[in-house]
Amino acid sequence: MKILNKRTINDVGGVKITQLDILSADIAEKALPGQFVMLMVSEQGERIPLTLVHTDKVKGVVSLMFQEAGFTTQSLGRMQPGESLYSLVGPLGHPTEIKNFGKIILVGGGVGIAEILPVARAFKDAGNQVITILGSRNKDLLILETELRNASSELFVMTDDGSYGQKGFTTDKLKELLSKDKYDLIYAVGPIPMMQRVAAVSKEYNTKTLVSLNALMVDGTGMCGCCRVTVDGKVKFSCVDGPDFDGHSVNWEELGKRNKAYTIQEKHICKLSTQILK
Amino acid sequence: MIKEPVKVKDLPAAIRTGNFDEVVLGYGEEEALAEAGRCLQCKNPVCSSGCPVGIDIKKFIGQIVQKDYAGAYFTIREKSNFPAICGRVCPAEYQCRKACILTKKGSPFASQQAINIHFLERFVGDYGKSHNLDVPVQREEQLAKSKVAVVGSGPAGLCCAGELARKGIKVDIFESLHKTGGVLRYGIPPFRLPWEVLDFEINYLKKIGVNFTTNFLVGKAKSVKELFSEGYAAVFLGLGAGVPSFLGINGESLCNIYSVNEFLTRVNLMSAYKFPQFHTPVNIGKNVLIVGGGNTAMDSARVALRLQKLQGYPLNTTVIYRRTEVEMPARRLEIEHAKEEGIKFEFLVQPKEFIGDEQGFVKKLVCLRSELGEPDASGRRRPVVIPGSEFELDCDLCVIAVGLAANQILINATPELKTDKYSDVVVDAETMESSISGVFAGGDIVGGEGTVIEAMGMAKKAARSIIGKLSKK
Repeated sequence: MKILNKRTINDVGGVKITQLDILSADIAEKALPGQFVMLMVSEQGERIPLTLVHTDKVKGVVSLMFQEAGFTTQSLGRMQPGESLYSLVGPLGHPTEIKNFGKIILVGGGVGIAEILPVARAFKDAGNQVITILGSRNKDLLILETELRNASSELFVMTDDGSYGQKGFTTDKLKELLSKDKYDLIYAVGPIPMMQRVAAVSKEYNTKTLVSLNALMVDGTGMCGCCRVTVDGKVKFSCVDGPDFDGHSVNWEELGKRNKAYTIQEKHICKLSTQILK
Repeated sequence: MIKEPVKVKDLPAAIRTGNFDEVVLGYGEEEALAEAGRCLQCKNPVCSSGCPVGIDIKKFIGQIVQKDYAGAYFTIREKSNFPAICGRVCPAEYQCRKACILTKKGSPFASQQAINIHFLERFVGDYGKSHNLDVPVQREEQLAKSKVAVVGSGPAGLCCAGELARKGIKVDIFESLHKTGGVLRYGIPPFRLPWEVLDFEINYLKKIGVNFTTNFLVGKAKSVKELFSEGYAAVFLGLGAGVPSFLGINGESLCNIYSVNEFLTRVNLMSAYKFPQFHTPVNIGKNVLIVGGGNTAMDSARVALRLQKLQGYPLNTTVIYRRTEVEMPARRLEIEHAKEEGIKFEFLVQPKEFIGDEQGFVKKLVCLRSELGEPDASGRRRPVVIPGSEFELDCDLCVIAVGLAANQILINATPELKTDKYSDVVVDAETMESSISGVFAGGDIVGGEGTVIEAMGMAKKAARSIIGKLSKK
């Protein structure tokens, strides 16, 4: 649980993305692409889920990448190499189904881009043709472009302001690709509205779509149901039944609302922590 | 003429609802002596037959009368590993106290007149705790060479570990959460079981050599097979029943509808009642409804009421149960405490549908009234919905406390492990050995939702089998 390295992936315009390499031989040994860990910064901390972006079995190290968006991710971002997390458990959830599907489109948005990296590499190794679409507000906020270019046979960047790649949403590019050719699978990770739009577009083209959901969790081992999500009319737990689900069957509206259940407390504790830091 | 039972002192309701301090203060020495003095010391006592582990109740009460409290402690410890815990959480009114000769024949639970065996047990348990009465280790050199893995640090796991460690066997407990104790920590609120009581028992185990590994999920980080290849001679599964049941009605995934496990885990394990000092939030509402009639329903109702008080809301928490008070499976003491604290009850009510607002938060619960019909498989009269009885209750927070099922991660990762239709682990009733040789199981993962003492009974049985197996080697 000791932090070995810390790397700032990006720090522009109030968006800070950090990578931590953490010593955990047991998790590194077993983790597969698509799985996640639950962690606590301190004994008073929350348990939060984070997707594993890289694992090194030989060194026994796992890597996490996160945007310092809320109180807990900010606290995590303040940790330094040499310090240890209070708690780290995993690997949790089902791994992403990796096999030779054929032609795959990966769609990543925001910090979700970090989460598609291990999946992209695994899909490529399994013999798939991997086409990647990355979405970002602008050029400066884009992360892991080189790494994902290496894991893909083709890569497109879409920015909201057109400062890099093409101007527009990831779904604009997705639509363009799907209208020209047939694909076997779409795998998307990013903000809920992005995944929802990806699923809506791919449904028009009848293309199987997997999404990795970022529901709120407490234990992460199937015991609380905080992360429940309605899939095809049935209640599923993201932590043990997912985190990957069929994007066409997810009740997105409900998930979006459930993920906002604690916004008041989050604002409150963030305000308190800035006061303390000042 | 038998004397009146000695009432146990409680924190007054008006004070205790504003904190999470222990409610039952327990007997002092004089009270314990007076209550023990009421025991008839029957020639052929029947109370012990009501105890799932067969504690010699007559003997330990007799020892209290003689002021031999240490003797009483060791009498209980012969059968029960955790007197201070069981004295607090055992549903005695359905067990030893119901069997007590002073309970009226045919009564569904213990009569008021029955000896307060649980309070006496707690008195003795706390005496043992404050006097550091350790049951000595009886190390057996041959066994000391073996090591056993215990999966889960709840009541079953702790008990099995203690039994094995006392013989000198090296025991490693693997716990997936960051703290030990299982349901005793995440489920039972501190006002019923203070952490220091639990920690005392866990520290005793550490002292006799039990090694705890938290943050370790067997089934994911390591398989059962791998445990054997690492040299464990046997594996005990005390996985627990941690999968919450829901009602399966419309609107149940609205915000502020919690499973009982989520609500209690946030508040107990994560100390959300101390937010923002502790960083896990929990919501509370003006109109809180709790669905269910068991101990977890009572616990969550009393937790909700405390949160209302701490947040400055008027106290308004209502328990909805589909049968009547008599059929409630909760401990009578908890029902009584809940009522004293101001919790309201709506009996013979069946939830039908939740209605929410635009932001996705629950606002109302549509219900139906019922009446009791013929007895069902459980022997309790089945609630039958009255047609056209629909009505609405205001509800901005709801806790669903309608049962818990077996934890599935290890089971799913171990296909050779035979399970029954409830996904509970199937074991040999005599040895507690599962379909995999060398893998034993006990507690809620075997019997479904049960009590601490039932879990202990199974864990002790399993420990005996493990010791027997290792002795033959």
